[in-house]
Amino acid sequence: MPFFEAVKLALSSIRAQKLKSFFSLVGVLIGVTFLIAVVSIVQGMNVYMTDKFAGALVGVNTFQLQQQPNFQMGPTSEEQRREWHRRPRITIEDAAYVESHMKTPVIFARAGFDQEPVAWHGRIAQQIQLNTVDAEYFRIKHWDIAEGRAFTPQEVTANAEVAVLGWDLAQKLFDGHDPLGQTVSIGGLPHRVIGVVEEQGSVFGFSLDKFIVTPITSPARRLTNRPHVLDNLQVQATDPTLMRAAVEEVDELMRVRRGLKPGQADNFHIETSESALSTWDKISKILFLALPGLVGISLVVGGIVIMNIMLMAVVERTREIGIRKALGARSGDIMAQFVVESATLSMTGAVLGIGTGLLLAFTVRALTPLPAAVAPWSIGLGVGLGVLVGIIAGVYPARQASRMDPIIALGHE
Amino acid sequence: MNEVVIKLEGITREYLMGTEQVRALRGVDLEIRRNEYVAIMGPSGSGKSTMMNLLGCLDTPSAGRYWLNGHEVSRMQDDDLARIRNREIGFVFQTFNLLPRASALANVELPLVYAGISGRDRRRRAETALQRVGLGERMHHKPNELSGGQRQRVAIARALVNEPSILLADEPTGNLDSTTSEEIMRVFGALHAQGQTVVLVTHEADIAAHAHRVVLLRDGRVDSDRSTPPRAAEAAA
Repeated sequence: MPFFEAVKLALSSIRAQKLKSFFSLVGVLIGVTFLIAVVSIVQGMNVYMTDKFAGALVGVNTFQLQQQPNFQMGPTSEEQRREWHRRPRITIEDAAYVESHMKTPVIFARAGFDQEPVAWHGRIAQQIQLNTVDAEYFRIKHWDIAEGRAFTPQEVTANAEVAVLGWDLAQKLFDGHDPLGQTVSIGGLPHRVIGVVEEQGSVFGFSLDKFIVTPITSPARRLTNRPHVLDNLQVQATDPTLMRAAVEEVDELMRVRRGLKPGQADNFHIETSESALSTWDKISKILFLALPGLVGISLVVGGIVIMNIMLMAVVERTREIGIRKALGARSGDIMAQFVVESATLSMTGAVLGIGTGLLLAFTVRALTPLPAAVAPWSIGLGVGLGVLVGIIAGVYPARQASRMDPIIALGHE
Repeated sequence: MNEVVIKLEGITREYLMGTEQVRALRGVDLEIRRNEYVAIMGPSGSGKSTMMNLLGCLDTPSAGRYWLNGHEVSRMQDDDLARIRNREIGFVFQTFNLLPRASALANVELPLVYAGISGRDRRRRAETALQRVGLGERMHHKPNELSGGQRQRVAIARALVNEPSILLADEPTGNLDSTTSEEIMRVFGALHAQGQTVVLVTHEADIAAHAHRVVLLRDGRVDSDRSTPPRAAEAAA
């Protein structure tokens, strides 16, 4: 019997018993739902982490020289943390040394950070990210100015008491008033607002626009670190291909400056978007390792259910098998008919599973800050697994059917 | 005389029923020629059903040889037997044996599917076969939308569609009332008149009376084999 006929026949058998068919393919449906939903969410996270998280929080082509790593979501030992804390801080002198010796073309921005309340006319915004930085910081962060202007290198040199606001802060604090020219108090220190940065959006529901930027020489600098101490030195390669060379050069310069011997570990940290993503990589690897187990169990259960349904179908349709054999169906035709039916049943489950999986993934995306993106390979894999489970589950029942004696089958009531 | 279509030589068939050896056929010799109309009769236990299964290539003999249209089918394996059933035999059963979910047309197409004939050709030939048995108007009905007589006509159309060497009918009127039975027997008579070889297996004498030759089985052997004059009614048809 031609393949197409067999599929048509299978679909009509499935339609004839919709409810039973549905229950028999629930296992496969759940397995594939799992596969699609988890892969879509992990894939979405991947895209998100690479594009937005790393881009927004670390910066494109950018790395930071600092005392210790920023993003360490995984477990770290107490000993490791103590070692980080014993390390010397990065100083203005370190930054000057690196800047003056650096050969790879890069731009630098010294930076110090803190959380501070910002107040204007009796209104107070708590827990605002204070960035005390060089003028190049705006370029490194790719921050465009929505209103007013950024501060200049001259203003940094002149210890200007100026500030640039993040979008959310400007909205919250000024609530419709023009912030330009107003004086805000940062932890009690007055600064004049000269600009507002364009809206940056959010990462995992956390706003990227609740910040205030002042020159690293402004009075607010005192709030961030002791004199001469920096939180980090931001370095941006002027070209992506120079990124690795720049990282290596900074590492080498710092080792020389700190007098580290070959074989001795770095007592500073270079944070790249790669190192920020490494933790996420670990998490996504664990998810991908756990996934085959979850999917596998559902598919095995689904396969067993389908096998049982097919065995029942073979018994119920004994007479039909007898008729077909009497009319000239060979054992192979009967075998193919039931294997195709089983595979079609299972694949229907897989296709429905893809639908519910995508629905689930996009529901998660709509209702939570977790992103989701469809991985085309997961859809292919879902359909493929569905067909495979159906074929494996169908072989034994189909064999039973194909081996029936037509005389006995025809006499069956 | 026409050529021989069926030739049985010393056919025996034994099988185990529980622990008991049953000898259903004990050496049957028989020849049936093209365009004969033969009834195989006998009381229950005479080996009639076994004979029907062997003639229809659903079963193979324990000993002896069977040639169908020149092929020795008594030594064939399952797949070859399936092909012979498909090409050479048209079955008509007492219980019709139609697929309940398929239309009359689809039922008639079924042997053509296994013969590997393409969709459009299949449909044309199935339509012709249904018209031959007078069901041209009800091709898209399902079996449960048809009367018993109509169902048996669909079965006859299905048996004919592959132009088999023999039409093999097992108690074809067993589930029909007497008026419908006569109607079905007229269809067989007409097909025979058009040149079809017909073999009826029955225990009813008035059905067997439609045939031109009656082979009587008793205890697994041919008890009598005689030609009968065609009935007036059929001569007219």
